[in-house]
Formats: sequence, structure tokens, C-alpha cells
Amino acid sequence: MDFGSSSPGRPPRVTASRATSAKIVIAGGFGVGKTTLVGSVSEIRPLTTEAVMTAAAIDVDDASKIPGKSTTTVAMDFGRITLDEDLILYLFGTPGQTRFWFMWDELVRGAIGAVVLVDTRRLADCFAAVDFFEQRGLPYVVGLNCFDGIQPYTTQDVRDALTIGQEVPIINCDARGRESTKALLISLVEYVLRLRGAAPAGVGS
Amino acid sequence: MSTEYVDQSGPLVRPYAMTGGRTRSRVDIAMEALVTATARGDREAGSARHEWQRIVELCQQVQSLAEIAAYLGTPLGVARVIVGDMAEAGMLDVHEPGRLDDQLGTYLLERVLSGLRKL
Repeated sequence: MDFGSSSPGRPPRVTASRATSAKIVIAGGFGVGKTTLVGSVSEIRPLTTEAVMTAAAIDVDDASKIPGKSTTTVAMDFGRITLDEDLILYLFGTPGQTRFWFMWDELVRGAIGAVVLVDTRRLADCFAAVDFFEQRGLPYVVGLNCFDGIQPYTTQDVRDALTIGQEVPIINCDARGRESTKALLISLVEYVLRLRGAAPAGVGS
Repeated sequence: MSTEYVDQSGPLVRPYAMTGGRTRSRVDIAMEALVTATARGDREAGSARHEWQRIVELCQQVQSLAEIAAYLGTPLGVARVIVGDMAEAGMLDVHEPGRLDDQLGTYLLERVLSGLRKL
């Protein structure tokens, strides 16, 4: 006799007793291709998560002038890469508007590092992100997104323009290309490991 | 002037009504923290509120807090409060992300690197 009533259609359970996640932040100006880059390696179509900034986080004077409008919604696109059966990497795009700094704080907390995606035709768009990561001490690499396969500036031009150190990797990339995005992410993690190797102080239990 | 408040894709209740008006979780859960349903969650989901049922269903597979928020269509803060409540009720396991600030962090980075190279 069959007493069992299994639940059909339910996917097999992934045992997550030891599952670990990590995240990398993808930053850059509006329209530079952050979501495209996330989508090029993500195993899911990039999702959007929203954070609501309440009046407490807005400049009080501003909020009080707008009755009934005490919140602002900030959207972030993100993707997921399962690297191993118990290891998932998330890529979080920063909100397009850099004035929403409150969200950046949460984004960088615990992050491995960041990729700053740059459109060299609008170099100034990435200044805010570079400044923020420098200030927070979050390691970052710079990806120069080649639009139409054209990159009119050398990486040294960009390094000079952004006044960033020689040690920060700057790489030409194509945000649409999976291999290109993989190479960017690999260079970031290698860079972070190099930094840790160079500064073993602080390693301890 | 016409005012249009209808959002056809949105939830039927204001988001924070799902959390009893609370906007902060008692526990701080990272957006990339991994969440899975427990056996208790599976048992008790049937008699739980609708969004709790949805979350137990979603979390048959490992999901991050950010994914739960995205699939539910709620702001991150709302999902954080609900997931925190459910974890407290023993219906979900929450795994905080791997820490990077010690030797285990270096090991984690090496695993991430090797995983990316194998993609």
C-alpha cells in the first residue's frame, strides 16, 4: 500500500549547511553597461532589488518640504554565479545615481572588491565611484568598456586622468562578453590576493 | 491633473504592512547572506502567511536575501525583516557570507579565484 504522498515538481534540496557566499560590486556611471556586464556571466537573468530610503536618511530640510514624499527607492541590479556546490558569488551593480551613498555603504560591506566600469568618452562619470572606493579602502580594478570595439585611449591615459596608482589594474573589456567579464573578475580577485600577500599584518584569528 | 496610484505589478498591501510596520530587522542580515528552508519551515509553511509560504518555497534552493526580495517584489529592508522573523521561528537557516578578514578569508578568495577560472 502506498501511504506516501510525495510533492511532485519540487526541486531537489540543495544542502546549504556549509554554503558560503561572496560578493563583488560593479560600479560606474549611468549607462556604462553595468547590468550588461553582470548579465554576461550571471547564471540568472539579472534581478533587481530595491532599497527604500526613509525620511531619516534624507536631508531633513528637503524631506520636510515635500509632504507625503518621505521615501526614495533605489534600485540595484545583481546576478549570481555558482562557483562550487557550496560557493555562490553575487555581482551587485551600484545604483545609477551616486548621490544615494547610503546604499553604497551596505553594498561594499563585506565585498571582495569592486570593478569600476568606465566609458572613456565620459570619464568623469566614474570619479565618484573611484573616490568612494579609495576612501573606504576597497580594492578595485578598472574596466575600460570598448564601445563599438573602439578604445581611443590607452590605459596609461586613463590612469593619469583618474590619478590612480600604478598598482591598480586597468583592463580593456567588453561588458557583453562572458570571457572578458571573467577576465576582469579574475584580475580583481588576483589583485586582492596580491594586496593581502603584500600586507600580511592584520592576518590573525 | 490626474493622480495615478495604481501599480499593477505591485503588492496589494503597503510593503511594511507585511512587517507590522517595522523597518528594521532584529538581526542584521547581509544582502548576499544565503537562506534555506528548514524541515520545520517545510512542515509549518502550509499554515503560515502567504509571503512566508512563498519564501519557504523559494528557499528549497539556496537563495540570497537579495534574491528573495527581488522574487517577492519587496524592498530589501522588508525582506530582511520577514526573513529575520522566519529564522527566529526556526523556519529558515541564514548563512552569513564568508568573512574576508582573516586566513579563512584568503582561503575563500582562493576558492573564488579557482571557481572563476573554471567557469
